[in-house]
Amino acid sequence: MSEFFSNSGLFFALLGAAIATLMAGIGSAIGVGKAGVAAAGVLAEEPSLFGKVLIFQLLPATQGIYGLLVGFLILSNVGLIGEPKDISVLQGMLYFAASLPIAFAGLFSAVHQSKCAVAGIGTISKKPDQFGKAIILPAMVETYAILALLISILAIFGIAGMQ
Amino acid sequence: MQQDFTYAVARIRYRENKLLNDADLNALLSAKDADAVIRLLRDKGWGDNAGGSDPDELLRLEREKLWQFIGEIVPDKSNFYFLLVPNDFHNLKVAIKSITRDIKPDDMLIHDAVTDPYAIYEAVLKREYENLPEFLVEPAKEAMSVLLQTSDGQLCDIIIDRACMEYVGKLGKASDEEIIRLYCELFVASADIKIAVRSAHTKKRLDFITRAMAPCETLDVERLAVAASLSYEDVLKYLENTRYSAAIPQIRSSMSAFEKWCDDCITEAMKPQKWEPFSIGPVVAYLLARENEIKAVRMILSAKVNGLSDDVIKERLRMMYV
Repeated sequence: MSEFFSNSGLFFALLGAAIATLMAGIGSAIGVGKAGVAAAGVLAEEPSLFGKVLIFQLLPATQGIYGLLVGFLILSNVGLIGEPKDISVLQGMLYFAASLPIAFAGLFSAVHQSKCAVAGIGTISKKPDQFGKAIILPAMVETYAILALLISILAIFGIAGMQ
Repeated sequence: MQQDFTYAVARIRYRENKLLNDADLNALLSAKDADAVIRLLRDKGWGDNAGGSDPDELLRLEREKLWQFIGEIVPDKSNFYFLLVPNDFHNLKVAIKSITRDIKPDDMLIHDAVTDPYAIYEAVLKREYENLPEFLVEPAKEAMSVLLQTSDGQLCDIIIDRACMEYVGKLGKASDEEIIRLYCELFVASADIKIAVRSAHTKKRLDFITRAMAPCETLDVERLAVAASLSYEDVLKYLENTRYSAAIPQIRSSMSAFEKWCDDCITEAMKPQKWEPFSIGPVVAYLLARENEIKAVRMILSAKVNGLSDDVIKERLRMMYV
């Protein structure tokens, strides 16, 4: 039993890596899917807008990449990739906590960014010359995913410094 | 499961650019004759590649293209029953009257309907009412029996019209979409007002008026029926205290002016749908806008064919969605 608890630090760290990748990935999958449906609708009418609608579709994809980055950093810091390390229960739980900002902000910001992207796709299908303005609006939602990513990364490096 | 209209709305957004606006209508009005109007419309993508110059054929093709497009983006036709069922009730009326008069109904049937018009005709002909959709069974039985017993075509009409109003009202109440609820309510209320005005002019009896009117949320139909049985001025007096008070000058002017007021109300109410990206609202708004457009073009074409002045048509043209 005591052996289980002494090794559970690694379990919590892995759980953190998994949850960051999983939730941000789910958000991006929903977002890219939703924007893709709208993009397909516009392309059915006007194929020449492919380049523009593709950028809108890809906007909610970034959260999944942020989740992957955080997951990778955790795995690397706890020695699951590369040199094996001893991780205490406290450190494992701290890594888990560090993954939460990007996990939740990634999920929700991707879903809401996709709604904004769909509206933007509607705008450029009517007024293609308004692409520049239309892209800024969903890009604003990205801010909150970046802020969450920043905190997750700072926390991971902070925990690594404790070792 | 809730339906997703993201794809449909994206396609609608692009097509909204192609709707006729006020400037386009003015250009059509300024055209020399019906052929010039048709040429302008063809430049905007109306009609087909065959290039015929028959106005009725052009309008028929446009309606067919519209419903084909709507069927492509929203395969579930039940979303538009509120627009289609009046055509089923019309087809029922045609079937009953053509059967009792022993004439062919072909030219009078409308094909953009929920049920195949010939299936309605066959069911009524063979008195197999169970083959009709549920909403037509009772009105079909009652209207047929009234027409056979009394030969009163008007009574037959009001039975079917009232059933139609009740059913459209029911569809509106069941809808989650604000624009559909508003359309259905206005459909029933405007029909009630038209019945009241016409009944007052023709001095109909209260029991006839009550039988013709269908209940709705924005009018007290019992009071309206009583007012209609008294006089035309009593109808307008009652309407002064309802949300339709703004339409009184149009009602005084003519029924077509009142119909234009109702259509403009819907157009105004559906303008926010231009910014809605996910619901069925923009599809319904586009559908109504296209129907409105076809109606406007029909008016312009018939004015050109019959040599009416542009001013007469301008008065009747509805507000455009774009």
